[in-house]
Amino acid sequence: MSDKLFVSTRKGLFTVSRPNGKWDIEAVDFLGDNVTLTLSDPRDGCHYAALDHGHFGVKLHRSNGKGWEEIAVPVYPPKPEGYEENDMWGRPVNWSTARIWALAAGGRDEPGVIWCGTLPGGLFRSTDRGASWEMIRSLWDHPKRKQWNGGGADLPGIHSICIDPRNSKRVWVAVSTGGIWLTEDAGASWDQRGNGMRAEYVPPELTHDPIAQDVHCLVQCPAAPHRMWVQHHNGIFVSDDEGKTFREITDVEPSTFGFAVVVHPRLPDTAWFVPEIKDEKRIPREGKLVVTRTRDAGKHFESLTKGLPQVHAYDVVYRHALALDATGERLAFGSTTGGLWVSEDQGEAWACVSHTLPPVYAVRFA
Amino acid sequence: MAKVIFTANIQRHVMCPQTQASSGTVRDVLDHVFAENPQARGYVLDDQAGLRRHITIFVDGKMIRDRARLADAVSETSTIHVFQALSGG
Repeated sequence: MSDKLFVSTRKGLFTVSRPNGKWDIEAVDFLGDNVTLTLSDPRDGCHYAALDHGHFGVKLHRSNGKGWEEIAVPVYPPKPEGYEENDMWGRPVNWSTARIWALAAGGRDEPGVIWCGTLPGGLFRSTDRGASWEMIRSLWDHPKRKQWNGGGADLPGIHSICIDPRNSKRVWVAVSTGGIWLTEDAGASWDQRGNGMRAEYVPPELTHDPIAQDVHCLVQCPAAPHRMWVQHHNGIFVSDDEGKTFREITDVEPSTFGFAVVVHPRLPDTAWFVPEIKDEKRIPREGKLVVTRTRDAGKHFESLTKGLPQVHAYDVVYRHALALDATGERLAFGSTTGGLWVSEDQGEAWACVSHTLPPVYAVRFA
Repeated sequence: MAKVIFTANIQRHVMCPQTQASSGTVRDVLDHVFAENPQARGYVLDDQAGLRRHITIFVDGKMIRDRARLADAVSETSTIHVFQALSGG
């Protein structure tokens, strides 16, 4: 089991560990800076941290456990002279990394490969642990990419990347808002996936259009890659055919709205969510913070509350802020109001590590 | 040679000491500065080599308006300040 967490917050990167059986803050890096996401690569032990310095742009840092060093950041190619492209608000799209929204380690057969999803929609790959990055032009230049819209942010962005554990050339990405896309040739070509999802925020004729889907988070079961789970703007969806088709899961108390989902690494029917009131309010129902869990592929859900605040809790858990360790036993999540909770037993009970952190953007086991 | 002065706030991320560069345009000056200090480039310019949204540049006390091409003229006696814009309060 993992004894270390990276907690990315608006005001720094918190390393949380349990040296004596109790989780506590061990270190703070980049104090005062906006840390948006981390990746811990199980293949070589390297850690990556994405920062957004606002005035000074988006940066990436890497650590081998002995301090952080700034590395290259994905850079968009030059926008062709005279090329016009406006976003959904009518503003020209600046071909420039506005946020790093996804980081994923490549397959076990390709050490050093890192995938990176960004706003305004560019996907990048590094083959040298982030020393350099190459944009995946086949996706950026795909004619349908211009139909992507803002959702989770004003600009469209890639927030989820799933590498097929059986074949590293097969990669799924999810876009808010642009649905799910699959390459089966390491990024040379892309096809849309995700039939069966449903969008309430578009006219009826577009409701089931795969490109209109605001996927909040996409995950894949490592031991059973045919099984994918989606937390969507309009609910929870599950796929048994690698994301070709999804079925909606309804009647989940207290809500099917949320941002995050994690799936057990060996048990594809077991997944966890953190529900909120949909979607104009985005707070826990009745001020009670709960985690929901299914163990039967969505037929039934349990509300897990032990150790979580059940009075006046207004915590929102963003899409990267719920984490499961490689054993499938330990969970952790952080909230917009600075709460951090850890469970040692698949969510049966939770311990609060802190409720005074800066707003939490991402939680990852190291 | 034009004098180039960077905001103190950038220094904790990347060292940008006061320097001098040949004149021409703001682009000419910055190209020279970043050739000597390549890490600083991405802190001031975006991916399209335009000025980052919340960075401002003053040439002899006048804020430049051409943020994409950086074509404002710089003389041999000019002083260029690279500041962060007031944003966020």
